[in-house]
Amino acid sequence: MTVHSFQQHFDEKIDNDVAIEPRDWMPDDYRKTLIRQISQHAHSEIVGMLPEGNWITRAPSLRRKAVLLAKVQDEGGHGLYLYSAAETLGITRDEMYDQLHTGKAKYSSIFNYPTLTWADMGAIGWLVDGAAIMNQVPLCRTSYGPYARAMVRVCKEESFHQRQGYEIMMALANGTDVQKKLAQDALNRWWWPSIMMFGPPDDNSPNTAQSMRWRIKRFTNDELRQKFIDVTVEQAKLIGLTIPDPDLKWNEERGHYDYGTIDWNEFWDVVKGNGPCNKERLETRKKAWEEGAWVRDAALAYSKKRKARKENKKDNLAA
Amino acid sequence: MNQFINKNLYGDYGDKEQAGGAEGSNHNTAAEWPLWEVFIRSKAGLDHKHVGSLHAADAEMAIENARDVYTRRLEGISIWVVESKYIHASDPATADSMYEPANDKVYRHPTFYNLPDELTHM
Ligand SMILES: [Fe+2]
Ligand SMILES: [Fe+2]
Repeated sequence: MTVHSFQQHFDEKIDNDVAIEPRDWMPDDYRKTLIRQISQHAHSEIVGMLPEGNWITRAPSLRRKAVLLAKVQDEGGHGLYLYSAAETLGITRDEMYDQLHTGKAKYSSIFNYPTLTWADMGAIGWLVDGAAIMNQVPLCRTSYGPYARAMVRVCKEESFHQRQGYEIMMALANGTDVQKKLAQDALNRWWWPSIMMFGPPDDNSPNTAQSMRWRIKRFTNDELRQKFIDVTVEQAKLIGLTIPDPDLKWNEERGHYDYGTIDWNEFWDVVKGNGPCNKERLETRKKAWEEGAWVRDAALAYSKKRKARKENKKDNLAA
Repeated sequence: MNQFINKNLYGDYGDKEQAGGAEGSNHNTAAEWPLWEVFIRSKAGLDHKHVGSLHAADAEMAIENARDVYTRRLEGISIWVVESKYIHASDPATADSMYEPANDKVYRHPTFYNLPDELTHM
Protein backbone atom coordinates (compact mmCIF):
# COMPACT_ATOMS: atom_id res chain seq x y z
CA MET A 1 0.00 0.00 0.00
CA THR A 2 1.19 3.52 -0.73
CA VAL A 3 1.10 6.23 1.91
CA HIS A 4 -1.91 7.66 0.11
CA SER A 5 -3.92 4.49 0.41
CA PHE A 6 -2.94 4.09 4.08
CA GLN A 7 -4.34 7.57 4.66
CA GLN A 8 -7.46 6.74 2.67
CA HIS A 9 -8.03 3.55 4.62
CA PHE A 10 -7.64 5.48 7.89
CA ASP A 11 -10.07 8.21 6.77
CA GLU A 12 -12.66 5.62 5.79
CA LYS A 13 -12.47 4.04 9.22
CA ILE A 14 -12.87 7.42 10.92
CA ASP A 15 -15.86 8.27 8.69
CA ASN A 16 -17.54 4.95 9.38
CA ASP A 17 -17.07 5.01 13.14
CA VAL A 18 -14.64 2.09 13.04
CA ALA A 19 -12.15 2.12 15.92
CA ILE A 20 -8.43 2.63 15.34
CA GLU A 21 -6.34 0.06 17.22
CA PRO A 22 -2.69 0.32 18.32
CA ARG A 23 -1.12 -1.59 15.45
CA ASP A 24 -3.22 0.03 12.72
CA TRP A 25 -1.60 2.62 10.51
CA MET A 26 -2.38 6.15 11.66
CA PRO A 27 -1.12 9.61 10.64
CA ASP A 28 1.77 10.89 12.78
CA ASP A 29 -0.24 13.95 13.80
CA TYR A 30 -3.11 11.79 15.03
CA ARG A 31 -0.65 9.76 17.11
CA LYS A 32 1.01 12.86 18.54
CA THR A 33 -2.23 14.64 19.30
CA LEU A 34 -3.56 11.57 21.06
CA ILE A 35 -0.40 11.15 23.11
CA ARG A 36 -0.65 14.76 24.19
CA GLN A 37 -4.35 14.56 25.01
CA ILE A 38 -4.28 11.19 26.81
CA SER A 39 -1.13 11.90 28.80
CA GLN A 40 -2.40 15.32 29.88
CA HIS A 41 -5.57 13.62 30.98
CA ALA A 42 -3.54 11.01 32.92
CA HIS A 43 -1.45 13.72 34.58
CA SER A 44 -4.66 15.49 35.63
CA GLU A 45 -5.94 12.36 37.35
CA ILE A 46 -2.67 11.91 39.24
CA VAL A 47 -2.14 15.55 40.23
CA GLY A 48 -5.87 15.67 41.01
CA MET A 49 -5.26 13.32 43.93
CA LEU A 50 -3.31 16.02 45.77
CA PRO A 51 -5.95 18.66 46.64
CA GLU A 52 -8.27 15.98 48.06
CA GLY A 53 -5.49 13.94 49.64
CA ASN A 54 -4.98 17.05 51.74
CA TRP A 55 -8.24 16.34 53.61
CA ILE A 56 -8.21 12.56 54.09
CA THR A 57 -6.79 12.71 57.60
CA ARG A 58 -9.16 15.52 58.56
CA ALA A 59 -12.44 14.11 57.23
CA PRO A 60 -15.23 14.79 59.75
CA SER A 61 -16.31 11.15 60.18
CA LEU A 62 -15.09 7.64 59.50
CA ARG A 63 -17.68 7.28 56.72
CA ARG A 64 -16.53 10.46 54.97
CA LYS A 65 -12.93 9.36 55.36
CA ALA A 66 -13.52 5.93 53.82
CA VAL A 67 -15.41 7.51 50.93
CA LEU A 68 -12.75 10.15 50.24
CA LEU A 69 -10.02 7.55 50.42
CA ALA A 70 -11.89 5.36 47.90
CA LYS A 71 -12.39 8.32 45.58
CA VAL A 72 -8.74 9.35 45.64
CA GLN A 73 -7.72 5.74 45.05
CA ASP A 74 -10.03 5.66 42.02
CA GLU A 75 -8.29 8.74 40.59
CA GLY A 76 -4.96 6.92 40.86
CA GLY A 77 -6.53 4.06 38.90
CA HIS A 78 -7.82 6.49 36.26
CA GLY A 79 -4.31 7.80 35.81
CA LEU A 80 -3.08 4.26 35.30
CA TYR A 81 -5.75 3.34 32.71
CA LEU A 82 -4.89 6.46 30.75
CA TYR A 83 -1.10 6.12 30.95
CA SER A 84 -1.52 2.56 29.69
CA ALA A 85 -3.65 3.74 26.78
CA ALA A 86 -1.00 6.33 25.87
CA GLU A 87 1.72 3.67 26.06
CA THR A 88 0.02 1.70 23.27
CA LEU A 89 0.90 4.66 21.03
CA GLY A 90 4.60 4.07 21.61
CA ILE A 91 5.57 6.50 24.36
CA THR A 92 6.99 5.09 27.59
CA ARG A 93 5.66 5.73 31.07
CA ASP A 94 8.92 7.28 32.25
CA GLU A 95 8.95 9.64 29.29
CA MET A 96 5.49 10.87 30.23
CA TYR A 97 6.47 11.37 33.86
CA ASP A 98 9.50 13.24 32.66
CA GLN A 99 7.34 15.57 30.58
CA LEU A 100 5.15 16.24 33.61
CA HIS A 101 8.03 16.82 35.99
CA THR A 102 9.90 19.16 33.65
CA GLY A 103 6.76 21.19 32.99
CA LYS A 104 6.69 20.22 29.30
CA ALA A 105 3.30 18.55 29.72
CA LYS A 106 0.29 20.25 31.27
CA TYR A 107 -2.46 18.99 33.52
CA SER A 108 -5.87 20.48 34.27
CA SER A 109 -5.48 23.94 35.84
CA ILE A 110 -8.27 23.31 38.30
CA PHE A 111 -5.86 21.37 40.51
CA ASN A 112 -3.72 24.46 41.01
CA TYR A 113 -6.32 25.90 43.37
CA PRO A 114 -6.06 25.25 47.13
CA THR A 115 -8.52 23.23 49.24
CA LEU A 116 -9.11 25.52 52.21
CA THR A 117 -12.04 23.91 54.04
CA TRP A 118 -13.87 20.60 54.25
CA ALA A 119 -16.61 22.09 52.06
CA ASP A 120 -14.09 22.12 49.22
CA MET A 121 -14.30 18.31 49.17
CA GLY A 122 -18.00 18.73 48.44
CA ALA A 123 -17.46 21.39 45.79
CA ILE A 124 -14.74 19.39 44.04
CA GLY A 125 -16.79 16.20 43.85
CA TRP A 126 -19.90 18.03 42.71
CA LEU A 127 -18.38 20.56 40.31
CA VAL A 128 -14.93 19.34 39.28
CA ASP A 129 -15.87 15.68 38.90
CA GLY A 130 -19.17 16.82 37.42
CA ALA A 131 -17.37 18.84 34.75
CA ALA A 132 -14.95 15.98 34.17
CA ILE A 133 -17.87 13.59 33.59
CA MET A 134 -19.40 16.01 31.06
CA ASN A 135 -16.08 15.98 29.23
CA GLN A 136 -15.48 12.26 29.52
CA VAL A 137 -18.78 10.64 28.64
CA PRO A 138 -18.54 11.57 24.92
CA LEU A 139 -14.95 10.25 24.91
CA CYS A 140 -16.25 6.73 25.58
CA ARG A 141 -16.97 6.77 21.82
CA THR A 142 -13.68 8.32 20.77
CA SER A 143 -11.94 6.87 17.69
CA TYR A 144 -8.88 5.38 19.39
CA GLY A 145 -9.83 1.97 20.84
CA PRO A 146 -7.63 1.83 23.96
CA TYR A 147 -8.58 5.41 24.89
CA ALA A 148 -12.29 4.72 24.48
CA ARG A 149 -12.06 1.55 26.58
CA ALA A 150 -10.17 3.40 29.32
CA MET A 151 -12.84 6.10 29.33
CA VAL A 152 -15.66 3.56 29.70
CA ARG A 153 -13.96 2.25 32.82
CA VAL A 154 -13.32 5.77 34.14
CA CYS A 155 -16.89 6.94 33.57
CA LYS A 156 -18.32 3.92 35.36
CA GLU A 157 -16.30 4.83 38.46
CA GLU A 158 -16.75 8.57 38.17
CA SER A 159 -20.44 8.85 38.99
CA PHE A 160 -20.05 8.04 42.68
CA HIS A 161 -17.46 10.81 42.88
CA GLN A 162 -19.96 13.45 41.92
CA ARG A 163 -22.71 12.03 44.08
CA GLN A 164 -20.55 11.89 47.22
CA GLY A 165 -19.53 15.51 46.62
CA TYR A 166 -23.09 16.67 46.22
CA GLU A 167 -24.01 14.78 49.37
CA ILE A 168 -21.33 16.66 51.32
CA MET A 169 -22.66 19.99 49.99
CA MET A 170 -26.22 18.97 50.79
CA ALA A 171 -25.34 18.08 54.37
CA LEU A 172 -23.55 21.40 54.87
CA ALA A 173 -26.30 23.41 53.17
CA ASN A 174 -28.85 21.86 55.54
CA GLY A 175 -26.63 22.40 58.58
CA THR A 176 -25.88 25.29 60.91
CA ASP A 177 -25.38 28.85 59.66
CA VAL A 178 -21.63 28.37 59.75
CA GLN A 179 -21.85 25.14 57.75
CA LYS A 180 -24.10 26.76 55.20
CA LYS A 181 -21.63 29.61 54.86
CA LEU A 182 -18.81 27.13 54.29
CA ALA A 183 -20.76 25.48 51.49
CA GLN A 184 -21.57 28.78 49.78
CA ASP A 185 -17.98 29.97 50.14
CA ALA A 186 -16.69 26.78 48.50
CA LEU A 187 -19.15 27.18 45.64
CA ASN A 188 -18.06 30.81 45.22
CA ARG A 189 -14.40 29.84 44.90
CA TRP A 190 -14.84 26.75 42.68
CA TRP A 191 -17.56 27.88 40.29
CA TRP A 192 -15.51 29.93 37.85
CA PRO A 193 -12.47 27.64 37.74
CA SER A 194 -14.88 24.72 37.16
CA ILE A 195 -16.52 26.22 34.11
CA MET A 196 -13.06 27.13 32.80
CA MET A 197 -12.24 23.40 32.88
CA PHE A 198 -13.90 23.03 29.47
CA GLY A 199 -11.11 25.09 27.96
CA PRO A 200 -10.98 28.34 25.98
CA PRO A 201 -14.05 29.50 24.04
CA ASP A 202 -14.59 27.96 20.60
CA ASP A 203 -13.37 31.00 18.66
CA ASN A 204 -10.04 30.69 20.49
CA SER A 205 -9.60 26.93 20.23
CA PRO A 206 -7.76 26.36 16.95
CA ASN A 207 -7.38 22.56 17.20
CA THR A 208 -11.04 21.79 17.81
CA ALA A 209 -11.97 21.25 14.15
CA GLN A 210 -9.22 18.69 13.50
CA SER A 211 -9.92 16.88 16.78
CA MET A 212 -13.63 16.68 15.98
CA ARG A 213 -12.77 15.35 12.51
CA TRP A 214 -10.66 12.62 14.15
CA ARG A 215 -13.38 11.92 16.72
CA ILE A 216 -11.00 12.45 19.63
CA LYS A 217 -13.27 15.29 20.65
CA ARG A 218 -17.03 15.04 20.11
CA PHE A 219 -18.43 18.36 21.33
CA THR A 220 -16.89 21.83 21.39
CA ASN A 221 -15.72 23.47 24.63
CA ASP A 222 -18.62 25.93 24.65
CA GLU A 223 -21.22 23.23 24.00
CA LEU A 224 -20.02 21.19 26.96
CA ARG A 225 -19.71 24.27 29.18
CA GLN A 226 -23.29 25.28 28.42
CA LYS A 227 -24.55 21.79 29.14
CA PHE A 228 -22.72 21.77 32.47
CA ILE A 229 -24.05 25.18 33.51
CA ASP A 230 -27.63 24.27 32.60
CA VAL A 231 -27.70 21.17 34.80
CA THR A 232 -25.61 22.55 37.67
CA VAL A 233 -27.71 25.67 38.20
CA GLU A 234 -30.71 23.47 38.94
CA GLN A 235 -28.68 21.29 41.30
CA ALA A 236 -27.58 24.38 43.27
CA LYS A 237 -31.17 25.56 43.60
CA LEU A 238 -32.17 22.21 45.04
CA ILE A 239 -29.95 22.73 48.09
CA GLY A 240 -30.47 26.47 48.37
CA LEU A 241 -27.02 27.61 47.23
CA THR A 242 -26.41 30.57 44.92
CA ILE A 243 -24.21 30.44 41.80
CA PRO A 244 -21.81 33.41 42.10
CA ASP A 245 -22.72 34.96 38.76
CA PRO A 246 -25.03 38.03 38.76
CA ASP A 247 -25.50 37.73 34.99
CA LEU A 248 -26.83 34.20 35.16
CA LYS A 249 -30.30 34.20 33.61
CA TRP A 250 -32.57 31.70 31.88
CA ASN A 251 -32.86 32.52 28.19
CA GLU A 252 -36.23 31.27 27.00
CA GLU A 253 -35.36 31.70 23.34
CA ARG A 254 -32.10 29.74 23.48
CA GLY A 255 -33.43 27.22 25.97
CA HIS A 256 -30.21 27.70 27.96
CA TYR A 257 -28.85 29.81 30.78
CA ASP A 258 -26.95 32.94 29.78
CA TYR A 259 -23.88 33.46 31.92
CA GLY A 260 -21.41 36.22 32.74
CA THR A 261 -18.04 36.89 31.15
CA ILE A 262 -15.32 34.41 32.07
CA ASP A 263 -12.01 35.89 33.15
CA TRP A 264 -9.75 34.17 30.61
CA ASN A 265 -6.76 36.16 31.82
CA GLU A 266 -6.97 34.25 35.07
CA PHE A 267 -7.20 30.97 33.13
CA TRP A 268 -4.10 31.64 31.01
CA ASP A 269 -2.24 32.91 34.02
CA VAL A 270 -2.79 29.63 35.87
CA VAL A 271 -1.93 27.63 32.73
CA LYS A 272 1.35 29.53 32.54
CA GLY A 273 2.22 28.44 36.05
CA ASN A 274 1.11 31.38 38.16
CA GLY A 275 -1.85 29.77 39.94
CA PRO A 276 -1.89 29.61 43.73
CA CYS A 277 -0.58 26.03 43.89
CA ASN A 278 1.25 25.25 40.60
CA LYS A 279 4.64 25.09 42.24
CA GLU A 280 3.52 23.10 45.23
CA ARG A 281 1.69 20.48 43.13
CA LEU A 282 4.61 19.87 40.80
CA GLU A 283 7.10 19.74 43.64
CA THR A 284 4.98 17.19 45.50
CA ARG A 285 4.85 14.98 42.41
CA LYS A 286 8.58 15.27 41.78
CA LYS A 287 9.38 14.54 45.39
CA ALA A 288 7.21 11.41 45.38
CA TRP A 289 8.90 10.22 42.17
CA GLU A 290 12.44 10.91 43.31
CA GLU A 291 12.05 9.59 46.83
CA GLY A 292 10.38 6.45 45.51
CA ALA A 293 13.28 5.64 43.18
CA TRP A 294 14.97 3.31 45.64
CA VAL A 295 11.74 1.31 46.05
CA ARG A 296 11.44 0.82 42.29
CA ASP A 297 15.10 -0.17 42.00
CA ALA A 298 14.89 -2.53 44.96
CA ALA A 299 11.80 -4.30 43.60
CA LEU A 300 13.50 -4.82 40.27
CA ALA A 301 16.72 -6.09 41.89
CA TYR A 302 14.72 -8.44 44.12
CA SER A 303 12.80 -9.93 41.20
CA LYS A 304 16.04 -10.45 39.25
CA LYS A 305 17.63 -12.15 42.20
CA ARG A 306 14.67 -14.43 42.71
CA LYS A 307 14.62 -15.35 39.05
CA ALA A 308 18.33 -16.18 39.11
CA ARG A 309 17.92 -18.29 42.21
CA LYS A 310 15.09 -20.25 40.60
CA GLU A 311 17.17 -20.91 37.51
CA ASN A 312 20.12 -22.03 39.64
CA LYS A 313 17.92 -24.52 41.40
CA LYS A 314 16.70 -25.91 38.08
CA ASP A 315 20.30 -26.29 36.88
CA ASN A 316 21.28 -28.09 40.06
CA LEU A 317 18.40 -30.49 39.73
CA ALA A 318 19.32 -31.22 36.14
CA ALA A 319 22.95 -31.86 36.97
CA MET B 1 6.68 19.32 21.93
CA ASN B 2 9.23 16.74 20.87
CA GLN B 3 7.83 13.32 21.67
CA PHE B 4 9.70 10.07 21.89
CA ILE B 5 7.69 7.60 19.84
CA ASN B 6 8.29 3.94 19.07
CA LYS B 7 6.55 2.58 16.02
CA ASN B 8 4.83 -0.57 17.17
CA LEU B 9 5.84 -3.66 15.26
CA TYR B 10 5.21 -6.32 17.83
CA GLY B 11 2.00 -7.02 19.73
CA ASP B 12 0.16 -3.96 20.90
CA TYR B 13 3.36 -2.57 22.35
CA GLY B 14 6.60 -1.82 20.59
CA ASP B 15 9.56 -4.07 21.02
CA LYS B 16 11.67 -1.13 21.98
CA GLU B 17 15.07 -2.41 20.88
CA GLN B 18 13.74 -3.63 17.56
CA ALA B 19 11.36 -0.86 16.69
CA GLY B 20 13.69 2.09 16.92
CA GLY B 21 12.10 5.43 17.71
CA ALA B 22 10.56 7.61 15.05
CA GLU B 23 12.17 10.67 16.58
CA GLY B 24 15.41 10.01 18.41
CA SER B 25 15.69 6.91 20.53
CA ASN B 26 18.15 7.46 23.33
CA HIS B 27 15.48 7.47 26.02
CA ASN B 28 16.57 5.03 28.68
CA THR B 29 13.89 2.61 29.86
CA ALA B 30 16.17 0.23 31.74
CA ALA B 31 14.80 1.33 35.13
CA GLU B 32 11.16 0.88 34.13
CA TRP B 33 9.30 -2.08 35.55
CA PRO B 34 8.19 -4.46 32.80
CA LEU B 35 4.72 -4.07 31.30
CA TRP B 36 2.08 -6.76 31.91
CA GLU B 37 -1.24 -7.47 30.23
CA VAL B 38 -4.09 -8.25 32.61
CA PHE B 39 -6.92 -10.73 31.97
CA ILE B 40 -9.83 -11.14 34.36
CA ARG B 41 -12.49 -13.79 34.82
CA SER B 42 -15.53 -11.91 36.05
CA LYS B 43 -17.34 -15.00 37.33
CA ALA B 44 -17.04 -18.77 37.28
CA GLY B 45 -18.00 -20.18 33.91
CA LEU B 46 -16.75 -17.23 31.86
CA ASP B 47 -13.48 -16.74 29.98
CA HIS B 48 -10.70 -14.48 31.18
CA LYS B 49 -10.97 -11.21 29.26
CA HIS B 50 -8.30 -8.63 28.54
CA VAL B 51 -8.91 -5.55 30.69
CA GLY B 52 -5.75 -3.48 30.37
CA SER B 53 -2.14 -3.37 31.42
CA LEU B 54 0.18 -2.20 34.16
CA HIS B 55 3.83 -2.11 35.20
CA ALA B 56 5.20 -4.43 37.89
CA ALA B 57 8.58 -5.83 38.88
CA ASP B 58 7.39 -9.45 38.76
CA ALA B 59 4.31 -11.62 38.22
CA GLU B 60 3.32 -11.64 41.86
CA MET B 61 3.33 -7.86 42.05
CA ALA B 62 1.51 -7.66 38.72
CA ILE B 63 -1.33 -9.78 40.13
CA GLU B 64 -1.55 -7.72 43.31
CA ASN B 65 -1.53 -4.46 41.38
CA ALA B 66 -4.15 -5.84 38.99
CA ARG B 67 -6.35 -6.64 41.97
CA ASP B 68 -5.97 -3.06 43.24
CA VAL B 69 -6.70 -1.31 39.96
CA TYR B 70 -8.98 -3.66 38.03
CA THR B 71 -11.11 -5.36 40.70
CA ARG B 72 -11.97 -2.60 43.18
CA ARG B 73 -15.68 -3.22 42.60
CA LEU B 74 -15.88 -7.03 42.55
CA GLU B 75 -15.12 -7.18 38.83
CA GLY B 76 -13.29 -10.46 39.06
CA ILE B 77 -12.65 -13.78 40.77
CA SER B 78 -9.50 -14.77 38.89
CA ILE B 79 -6.60 -12.85 37.35
CA TRP B 80 -4.10 -13.80 34.66
CA VAL B 81 -1.08 -11.65 33.89
CA VAL B 82 1.41 -12.07 31.08
CA GLU B 83 4.37 -9.91 30.26
CA SER B 84 3.41 -7.80 27.26
CA LYS B 85 6.53 -8.71 25.33
CA TYR B 86 5.34 -12.31 25.11
CA ILE B 87 2.15 -11.40 23.23
CA HIS B 88 2.41 -12.23 19.55
CA ALA B 89 -0.12 -10.57 17.30
CA SER B 90 -1.27 -10.86 13.70
CA ASP B 91 -0.48 -7.94 11.43
CA PRO B 92 -3.49 -5.68 10.73
CA ALA B 93 -1.88 -4.60 7.44
CA THR B 94 -2.33 -8.13 6.07
CA ALA B 95 -5.82 -8.62 7.52
CA ASP B 96 -7.44 -8.75 4.06
CA SER B 97 -5.48 -11.77 2.85
CA MET B 98 -5.29 -13.32 6.32
CA TYR B 99 -9.05 -13.65 6.69
CA GLU B 100 -9.84 -14.02 2.99
CA PRO B 101 -10.39 -17.81 3.13
CA ALA B 102 -13.57 -17.30 5.18
CA ASN B 103 -15.05 -14.75 2.77
CA ASP B 104 -16.67 -17.13 0.26
CA LYS B 105 -17.88 -19.85 2.61
CA VAL B 106 -21.34 -18.70 3.58
CA TYR B 107 -22.38 -22.36 3.60
CA ARG B 108 -20.75 -22.59 7.02
CA HIS B 109 -23.72 -20.66 8.43
CA PRO B 110 -27.07 -22.32 9.16
CA THR B 111 -28.99 -19.52 7.38
CA PHE B 112 -27.43 -20.61 4.06
CA TYR B 113 -29.88 -23.53 3.81
CA ASN B 114 -33.37 -22.79 2.53
CA LEU B 115 -35.74 -25.28 4.10
CA PRO B 116 -39.58 -25.40 4.31
CA ASP B 117 -41.24 -23.32 7.05
CA GLU B 118 -43.21 -26.38 8.24
CA LEU B 119 -39.98 -28.04 9.31
CA THR B 120 -39.65 -27.92 13.12
CA HIS B 121 -37.13 -28.83 15.76
CA MET B 122 -34.16 -28.01 13.53
FE1 LIG C 1 -11.04 10.56 37.57
FE1 LIG D 1 -13.27 11.58 39.85
